[in-house]
Amino acid sequence: MQKESPIREPLILGNKSYHDITVDVAKPVLAKANKLWWIVFGISLVLFIWWILSVGYTIGTGIGVWGLNKTIGWAWDITNFVWWVGIGHAGTLISAVLLLFRQKWRLSINRSAEAMTIFAVVQAAMFPLIHMGRPWLGYFVFPIPNNFGSLWVNFNSPLLWDVFAISTYFSVSLVFWYVGLIPDFAMIRDKVNEKYWPLRKKIYSTLSFGWSGRAKDWQRFEEVSLVLAGLATPLVFSVHSIVSFDFATSVIPGWHTTIFPPYFVAGAVFSGFAMVQTLLLVMRKVVGLEAYITVKHVEYMNIVIMLTGNLVGIAYLTELFMAWYSGVEFEQYAFLNRATGPYWWAYWSMMTCNVISPQLMWFKKLRTNIVFTFILALFVNIGMWFERFVIIVTSLHRDYLPSSWSMFSPTFVDIGIFVGSIGFFFVLFLLYSRTFPVIAQAELKTIVKSSSEQYKK
Amino acid sequence: MSKKVIYGIFDDEEVLLKSVKEVRSNDISIKEVYTPFPVHGLDHALGLERTRLAIAAFIYGVIGCIAAILMTYYIMILDWPQNIGGKPSFAYYLNMPAFVPIIFEMTVLFSAHLMVITYFFKSKLFPGQTSSSPDPRTTDDKFLMEIESEDEKSISDLLKKTGATEINVKESA
Repeated sequence: MQKESPIREPLILGNKSYHDITVDVAKPVLAKANKLWWIVFGISLVLFIWWILSVGYTIGTGIGVWGLNKTIGWAWDITNFVWWVGIGHAGTLISAVLLLFRQKWRLSINRSAEAMTIFAVVQAAMFPLIHMGRPWLGYFVFPIPNNFGSLWVNFNSPLLWDVFAISTYFSVSLVFWYVGLIPDFAMIRDKVNEKYWPLRKKIYSTLSFGWSGRAKDWQRFEEVSLVLAGLATPLVFSVHSIVSFDFATSVIPGWHTTIFPPYFVAGAVFSGFAMVQTLLLVMRKVVGLEAYITVKHVEYMNIVIMLTGNLVGIAYLTELFMAWYSGVEFEQYAFLNRATGPYWWAYWSMMTCNVISPQLMWFKKLRTNIVFTFILALFVNIGMWFERFVIIVTSLHRDYLPSSWSMFSPTFVDIGIFVGSIGFFFVLFLLYSRTFPVIAQAELKTIVKSSSEQYKK
Repeated sequence: MSKKVIYGIFDDEEVLLKSVKEVRSNDISIKEVYTPFPVHGLDHALGLERTRLAIAAFIYGVIGCIAAILMTYYIMILDWPQNIGGKPSFAYYLNMPAFVPIIFEMTVLFSAHLMVITYFFKSKLFPGQTSSSPDPRTTDDKFLMEIESEDEKSISDLLKKTGATEINVKESA
């Protein structure tokens, strides 16, 4: 049996037996939804409908309905794409990197964080697809033989690397998530009373792939989880590095920077953890999982937010220093323009939200306060959206030729697709929280004897 | 005497682990053990061999890596060489650095998916499959040891003595 220092704070509160964990995890799936769930779901559904209408209008009429112009050819669409992909990174980090480091606190949050990853990547993938203008020709991005046209895809292009990175990342995350879900679906299958809910029994039987928990299956399960974690760890770093290559391999001042890959990865983890906090702080209350997602979990995540926030801050300062030190006047102007030009408000909201606000996490009182954490997580989410906006739009809007300098103003379609994607995301997450086992209960049971409150007394 | 299947049900994984060792030291073969979560050391106590899925994953990764190298070589150098951005596609060793991200992603893609497919195949997990566990409580909080034997009494006694909380006996099919 594994032992843990008694000084460490427990990760499961109260006197929870194995059976209690089963009941607590199965409860939200088997019970009826409460009023709060329906209200939030209704709002998300309305936003999702707005998204459908905006996307339909864009595809029917053309990209011209967006606020893009000749100077700013990339704006909110790519901002939202990078923002959503970044959010996804926290889920893989929690489930894969923390597994390799044997961090037990991942066990109560990894399932929901991975769900968040998958739903966030779905949102992200929509943006390049819509931006194609003719999404039904989207298969052109795959290496398909010449009879489809006269040319192959170009493997020198970071945009194509992105196709491979995002599709690998999405499919591997999905499989990783599902492998972990199978034993928990089996638990729900065995909890559902066939007499009252024959359909539900059938659905969960299908989803559980006939899992029965044989000793050999568990041995394979653990090996597969470990190897997938080992594969997902470099994968998650590669994905956001490649996303940053979309910018870094270009020659636009403000984009052409070698620090982009680590800077983007740190920012991705930063924004992802903030989104995990936003979702889990609400979920633990609504679904009643306070005994599993404890203040200690919240504090650990806040420490990650503080660390990655500081990494992002260092990257901002490095960028400024390199712009000055390079001696390139275009580079210098790009950064001067960011901080003092017409988009100064975007730059300074980014600085305030991402660099200054996480400093408050140095205080233990604040980082263990649930309400404060929730507000700060929202700030970080907003700040990271502004970071992408600043990098993309302020670098483009004043290019080499002053006669083509321009400003970007979003149309209601731009706003609809962005806000609608948040609605779409919440629709998926809320449906998940009612139908899936939101905690990896099988694996959580393995730490009851080492890290729960009653065994620590 | 006909063969019987004896199910010993345990409440605690440590008791189960001790019992498994005890039963095996008496030269009784255990047919199967069902647990609600991975019990560390159980595979060792049962004498199960190490799984070779990790080795399989490595081989799949190598296949993915080679597939990506061949794909980029064929598409970029052999079939339709172009001069993109002043970097002509003359030789693979000169152009290869630009393909490293693709090669890496394909390696991970092959390794992860083929390993999981192998795992599903070996453990016979697929939609439509039914659970082979004799007791649905084994996904909740009970640990079940399944022994097939003619000598029902002595095995039941041994399981009881080593901590089983419940014994069920069924005619062997």
